[in-house]
Amino acid sequence: MQVELRNITKRFGPVVANKDVNLTIEPGEVLGLLGENGAGKSTLMNVLCGLYEPTEGEILIDGRPVAFKGPGDAIRAGIGMVHQHFMLVPVFTVAENVILGIEPVGRFDHLDLKAARAEVKKLSTEYGLTVDPDATIETLPVGVQQRVEIIKVLFREADVLILDEPTAVLTPQEVDEFIQIVRSLCDAGKAIVFITHKLNEILEISDRIAVIRRGEIVGSGDPKKLTRPELAEMMVGHPVDFDVARAPFAPKEVILDIQGLTLVRDDGAVAVDDLSLQVHSGEVVGIAGVQGNGQSALIEALAGLRRPVAGKVTFDGTDITDASARERHRMGIAHIPEDRQRAGLIGNFTVAENMVLDSYYGPPFAKGAGINWGRVEEEAAAVAEQYDVRTPSVHAAAAHLSGGNQQKLVVARELSRDTRLVIAGQPTRGLDVGSIAFIHERLMAARDEGDGVLIVSSELDEIMALSDRILVMFKGRIVAEYAPHEAPVDKGTIGLAMAGAAT
Amino acid sequence: MTVLLDKARQRQTRITGIILLALGALIAVFLAPDASGVATFRLSRPTDVWPVPNLVVPGGAFIYVASAFLAFFGVRLFLRGGAKWSARLLGIGLIIAVAAFLVWATAGKSFSFTGMLQASLVRAVPIALGGLAGVLSERVAVVNIGIEGMLLAGAFTGALVGSLAGGVAGLAAAVAVGGVFGFVLAALVVTYRMDQIIAGVFINLFVLGLTSYISSQVFQEYRALNNAPVFRAVEIPILSDLPVLGPVLFSQNIFVYGAFILAGLATYYLFHTRHGLRARAVGEHPRAADTLGIDVYRTRYVNVTVAGMVAGFGGAWFTLGSVGRFDEGMTGGRGFIGLAAMIFGRWHPVGALLAALVFGFADSLQQKLALLGTPIPSEFLAMAPYIATIVVVAGVVGRARAPAADGKPYVKE
Repeated sequence: MQVELRNITKRFGPVVANKDVNLTIEPGEVLGLLGENGAGKSTLMNVLCGLYEPTEGEILIDGRPVAFKGPGDAIRAGIGMVHQHFMLVPVFTVAENVILGIEPVGRFDHLDLKAARAEVKKLSTEYGLTVDPDATIETLPVGVQQRVEIIKVLFREADVLILDEPTAVLTPQEVDEFIQIVRSLCDAGKAIVFITHKLNEILEISDRIAVIRRGEIVGSGDPKKLTRPELAEMMVGHPVDFDVARAPFAPKEVILDIQGLTLVRDDGAVAVDDLSLQVHSGEVVGIAGVQGNGQSALIEALAGLRRPVAGKVTFDGTDITDASARERHRMGIAHIPEDRQRAGLIGNFTVAENMVLDSYYGPPFAKGAGINWGRVEEEAAAVAEQYDVRTPSVHAAAAHLSGGNQQKLVVARELSRDTRLVIAGQPTRGLDVGSIAFIHERLMAARDEGDGVLIVSSELDEIMALSDRILVMFKGRIVAEYAPHEAPVDKGTIGLAMAGAAT
Repeated sequence: MTVLLDKARQRQTRITGIILLALGALIAVFLAPDASGVATFRLSRPTDVWPVPNLVVPGGAFIYVASAFLAFFGVRLFLRGGAKWSARLLGIGLIIAVAAFLVWATAGKSFSFTGMLQASLVRAVPIALGGLAGVLSERVAVVNIGIEGMLLAGAFTGALVGSLAGGVAGLAAAVAVGGVFGFVLAALVVTYRMDQIIAGVFINLFVLGLTSYISSQVFQEYRALNNAPVFRAVEIPILSDLPVLGPVLFSQNIFVYGAFILAGLATYYLFHTRHGLRARAVGEHPRAADTLGIDVYRTRYVNVTVAGMVAGFGGAWFTLGSVGRFDEGMTGGRGFIGLAAMIFGRWHPVGALLAALVFGFADSLQQKLALLGTPIPSEFLAMAPYIATIVVVAGVVGRARAPAADGKPYVKE
């Protein structure tokens, strides 16, 4: 089945998300769709899978124009999408999720779960997608959940599979497995659209590449003839420097000392298990690991948001195990939370208000029981300028900024004062290349000025680019440690440790 | 590590132990000295086909034994722990305490136990149907605070139409009006994305105001409009002759049978049919349902409307199934207790029904105690169902999990 997008334009009010896009998807071929976050990849694919109606243009299947009124129409036409955020019901079983929407039924609308299980088993053997049809989704690791998503699409007899950022949640080994799956789907004659912003993967997996920037297709080509810098330039619009400038590694005294830290999640499960680590001044320690191995709890505990059940945390010789978040902040610990929208800023507050969330209570901003707003706005404008937070004014609501500018706002608030230790969770998740480079520079600058920096990230590339020392976290423990400045370490080795091979 | 977790659990168990111990002591000190003579619980009526002898309990002795059991459970939990048993022992302990209380109140008198159970079931009906309506709408993520109003609307319509056109017509009209209010709620919260709580409160206030006005202005004048026939008990052949079980389960009116049948049907619908699976998906992850071509809005409309119909049926109980006439605000918060039953029943139709039986028992218990003439003021006894609600929802339920999208409007992109 061949699908053609012809002159597709999609507007949301005055915002143009896609402009005049032409794209052809051929059977048995992997089309790599490369673009930055916010470039319009997902919008385009949501048009193709029927979630959005295009403002202009048409979709042709085997040369015949079609109109999708909803996702149901697209599914019936043979187009299936695996969303970046999985569309699975967590409390349902695998089989229930797979059949949802086109359930096999007997008399009195009775669900035929037996047939559903059989179908799941058949598809999973046919394409090598191992999964237990009776497992509940929320108990499965993300890699397996992704397989369920693919089975879901195959169960709908899709000929075109759209995979939106499918590797974002996977370990390097899972990525290899995933590429095998994509290959076998291709061999079965399916057309695959692979959406990503990762250059290495798109070069490895695609038969053809299309690059999208600011809603438009700006280039396409053969992956065998394209190089990484060329692609990056196409994607961003200007040449990209991949290396982060850094001063020579000169660690000083231990600034953060964690001994035997144990944390439990809200549901009582152990998140961090007897973990010990140290961070020196002037050093970047990167914690690699697949999401859900206790990193979030660790960051929360270090920021003073989660009380440890055991262990001791020392900052510059002072025991801060039970110190409050504000006490830690005053000592010079900066915290860049994992989720900027949930924990980093208040969307309905203005840029200025967000900028002083940590310091409104003291001089120079407090004025008796009130706040000196004039002073706040002055200061906020200056810091926003310094940290390249692009906002129409400091009175704009933070929610209206782009993801990159929101994150720069958080970084600005946290780093624009005297800091001695920086704790950063997923500091560049979902950002564009420009913002990533800026934030990396700032983190590096903090290190070069003598701060200890602890970074938790599920992006292995980021960890490897920034860290002086790499720790791998698995099931709440540190399972491996590497010092790249002593002996170079490759991605595969770390990937194995992330998958628990070192234990 | 596990040691630490056990410590938290152990503390909880110890608190439970202390509560049971205190309960045992209270019973021994305050109830036992008063309970002279034997308590007679009548299980059969003289007219029964197969009569069973009365249950005769020596008052003081029973209460001391009960308090000894409570003390034993309490001490055991405190000293030995046993996390698995903690919740179960607390439940058993509460049952023993209630039994001791009942024996104390009945000591020296006699009282129809079967009659109380029968009344429990009857009084559970509006709560069960209210809870069931709650389950049906919250399973598609619409919080339905308006159940109280829907019950009241059903009660009013049942009385009015029942008076004019007979019981069956009244019942049908009550169901239809409940459905209308369900549809209105769906329209407000699904199409117009009004806050679900406010929309529900609006329905409650609107129905309360309108029915109160009509009943005070019109029904006072034309009494014939508020004089509906009452559905009589339907005796199920043979089964209704069983001792105790017969009168309690098989000699009730259609509302009691209806509550049981609807709970069964709702269970089948939600957990064994295609449309039930879709409804639950809409309540858990509406976007996922949408991407699979399931119409989220339509699903919510249909389920909330049906929930309204169930509540309308439950409302008709107040008039057509009970007294035959409408009084202002006669639902008395049963809709809200129904919501508590839904939570206690963990958003499961059968769970909600069982929870409603607990509340119904508390309700009928307070009534019988008032008749027995205990020294406790009747106003305090009347609080029993509500206190039971708070205790159950706050303490025994713990953390039940509501449908993930509950209360959140879905905005299609």
